Amino acid sequence: MSMSLLAAAGLRRMATGVKSRVKLPKTAAAGEVITIKTLITHRMESGQRRDDAGAVIPRSIIHRFTCDFEGEPVVDVQVHPGVSTNPFFAFRARVSRSGVFSFAWYDDDGAVYTDSKAIAVT
Amino acid sequence: MELTRRGMLVSGSATLLALGFPGHLAAEEITTEEAIAAFAKGAPISPGGVTLTLEAVAEDGFRVPVTVAAEGAAALMIVAPENPVPPIALARFGPMAVEQELATRIRLARTQEVMALARMADGTVRQVSQHVDVVVGGCGA
Repeated sequence: MSMSLLAAAGLRRMATGVKSRVKLPKTAAAGEVITIKTLITHRMESGQRRDDAGAVIPRSIIHRFTCDFEGEPVVDVQVHPGVSTNPFFAFRARVSRSGVFSFAWYDDDGAVYTDSKAIAVT
Repeated sequence: MELTRRGMLVSGSATLLALGFPGHLAAEEITTEEAIAAFAKGAPISPGGVTLTLEAVAEDGFRVPVTVAAEGAAALMIVAPENPVPPIALARFGPMAVEQELATRIRLARTQEVMALARMADGTVRQVSQHVDVVVGGCGA
C-alpha cells in the first residue's frame, strides 16, 4: 500500500471523536480586552500509565496549541503530559479591528485540529 | 494489510526510530533544572513578579485549575517538580496578548511546590512557587 493511502487512512482515523470548543465575544469595542476560552476533547494519554498486562501505554497528547488573529500570533503553548484530559486554555487579547481568530491543536499522532471564530469590532 | 490505530502508531514509531529521530521520547526526560535553564536562557532568576493562582488543597490531582499571569511577559512556564514530567506548559505571547495570562487545568502526581516562571520582554526571569496539598494524586501524570 502506498504511503499516501496510509496517510489518508490515518488522518481520517485520527480526526474521529475530537471536538474543539472556543468561546469569545461576538462583538467588542476597539481597544477592548477580551477573554478567549478554548477546550478540546482529548484523552491526553501521559505515557506514564500501564495497561492490565503491565505494558506502558504509549504517550498520545496534544503537544502544542496556538491562537492567531489574522496571521498574527496571540499565544503559542508548548504542552506537556501534565496538562489534564480535555485540555483547557484561556487567555486575554486586546482587539482593535474586526477579524478571525484561528486556533490549532497539534496531536502527537500528526493530526492538527483547527477551529476559528470571528469577532466584529466597532 | 489491515489498518488499525495501533498499527499506525507502531509503524509510525518504527519509522521515527529508523530515522534516528528520538521524537517526544527524549523530551519526556527533561528535569525541572533543565526546563528552567532552557526557559531562563542564562538570565538570573529573581523571585516575585508572577501571579500563580491555584487552590492550596487539590482534591483531585487529575484536574487542578491553575492561572499564571505576569503583565509584560514574553513567555510563561508552569512546572510541577514532583511530577514524572515536571514541565507542564510553556506559553509564548504575541503582540495582541495583554495581561499575559494563561489559565489551564493540570495534573499533579503528589503534594508539592508548583512553580510559575515568567520571561519578561527585557529577558529577565521571575519566579514564584506555591505549595499544593494533593489529596488524590493524578497518578501517571
